[in-house]
Amino acid sequence: MSIDSTLISNQKVAVEIKSSAFNIPALILSSHSIVEIKQQLQKKILQAPEFFKNSPLLIELHELTEQQVEIDLRSLIKTLRSLHLIPIAISGATRKQNSIAIELGIAVQTKHILIEPPVVEKIPAVEEVTEKIESIEPLTKTVSEIENKLIMQPVRSGQRIYTKGDLTVLAPVNPGAELIAEGNIHIYAPMRGRALAGVQGNTKSCIFCSDLQAELVSIAGVYRLSEDFDKSLRQKLVQIYLHDQTLLIKKL
Amino acid sequence: MARIIVVTSGKGGVGKTTTSAAVAMGLAKKGHKTVVIDFDVGLRNLDLILGCERRVVYDFVNVIHNESTLNQALIRDKRCGELYILPASQTRDKDALTEEGVGRVLEELSKDFEYIICDSPAGIERGAHLAMYFADDAFIVTNPEVSSVRDSDRMLGILASKSRRAEKGEEPIKEFLLLSRYSPERVKLGEMLSVDDVQEILSLHLLGVVPESKSVLNASNSGIPVILDEQSDAGQAYSDIVARYLGEDKPHRFIDAEKKGLFGKLFRGK
Ligand SMILES: Nc1ncnc2c1ncn2[C@@H]1O[C@H](COP(=O)(O)OP(=O)(O)OP(=O)(O)O)[C@@H](O)[C@H]1O
Ligand SMILES: [Mg+2]
Repeated sequence: MSIDSTLISNQKVAVEIKSSAFNIPALILSSHSIVEIKQQLQKKILQAPEFFKNSPLLIELHELTEQQVEIDLRSLIKTLRSLHLIPIAISGATRKQNSIAIELGIAVQTKHILIEPPVVEKIPAVEEVTEKIESIEPLTKTVSEIENKLIMQPVRSGQRIYTKGDLTVLAPVNPGAELIAEGNIHIYAPMRGRALAGVQGNTKSCIFCSDLQAELVSIAGVYRLSEDFDKSLRQKLVQIYLHDQTLLIKKL
Repeated sequence: MARIIVVTSGKGGVGKTTTSAAVAMGLAKKGHKTVVIDFDVGLRNLDLILGCERRVVYDFVNVIHNESTLNQALIRDKRCGELYILPASQTRDKDALTEEGVGRVLEELSKDFEYIICDSPAGIERGAHLAMYFADDAFIVTNPEVSSVRDSDRMLGILASKSRRAEKGEEPIKEFLLLSRYSPERVKLGEMLSVDDVQEILSLHLLGVVPESKSVLNASNSGIPVILDEQSDAGQAYSDIVARYLGEDKPHRFIDAEKKGLFGKLFRGK
């Protein structure tokens, strides 16, 4: 979908602007204490230093804005950069923060330019869920039903986390634990349990994990067991996706 | 207000009762008024390990069902006046425990005691659930083997989601790891998981490693908590554990095979 460029006749095309989609980690803040944020981030980064190094970052401030808490954006950006993260955009900020962002060369993401507006949610406590996945619903969903989850505590054997949107896990997932998402799954720590993405049939869903030791991975119902993984993929940073109904695991 | 400690594991036979008796005695000997409760209704053996089985008249279930008062059921230890035990019933089943009843007994005990230790039964059924439900701290007893680690991990998941603290959204239960029946020699031979292997999955605060030791069986056969056997390695390990729990800084022991103990010296010559 290229946007028409006004071209002067017989001039070569030098630029073209296309809309594209990137998967960018979002930093969802529910505290305004820079010290606290820095400490917790440092811990996360230690778990997968290579993964986070120079990673672009979207800063989501919805929750703080909703609570009418205003974080010091300048020191936040400074702190993130000192941790070798590259904040590229903010979202859900106040008017004042937006103008500071622009001053600092950080893009401001407003809801209407997002295809899927981030639905911000409190960091949920990991639940032990015993009931089965609900019956299959049609794929067409209104935006407000999409729910993304961020998990920061270890997911332990017997625990199952389900989300209608994307699932991001920043702590180890142990054997016998299950991550289930209708969207994508991201795991930035050792992944030793099971991950099932696109469980309502979305074949475009992916699983990203920084340390693959999973028992089972599945996309839109197509699954593979650990015994069928190539040995060279063990403990590697990988993307798992579907290609022509075949589940592929690719080192990143 | 008492601190409520649950000693739990998921898997059976890993050393929960041994640990409950030892830790309770250890805390009491340091002057803390402590009560240890046997939640293993139907299979009671905490009273045996503490050597007071012949003094059991009323039990935990009687108190819950208002068939006796708490004071009638509590047994005071003969060796240490700060230690009390609330035994389990041998004739009832686990359904005799109710959440309301357990809550009421714990609340009453909280007024009098500094520490309440709940010796959980194995499994994740009612007895185990009620033993952990009201806890402030959890001692996770794990043996260095895959199935025990898996069950402990499962129990940790339950503590994080099904306890009263979790349900009320309060500060979560503090979790501590006790690695029991550890044999550095067998770890070296690759027959057992090492401390690091276990921590890779559980990543908990390690309170201590209890070595596999004959002294444990000897102690429980004679009804003496092993912590009172000060010469034994397991007894010393439990003393360290109590001290660390109370905030003392003690280096870990019994993890490495090549310690220059008498044992090592004897074998080095061969
Ligand atoms: N450190 C140890 N060294 C050797 N033997 C041990 C050790 N700890 C426990 N044992 C032995 O293991 C057996 C089980 O111990 P214990 O009864 O304390 O386990 P438990 O977890 O309470 O079991 P249950 O799940 O049945 O309640 C006992 O025979 C005990 O003597
Ligand atoms: Mg027991």
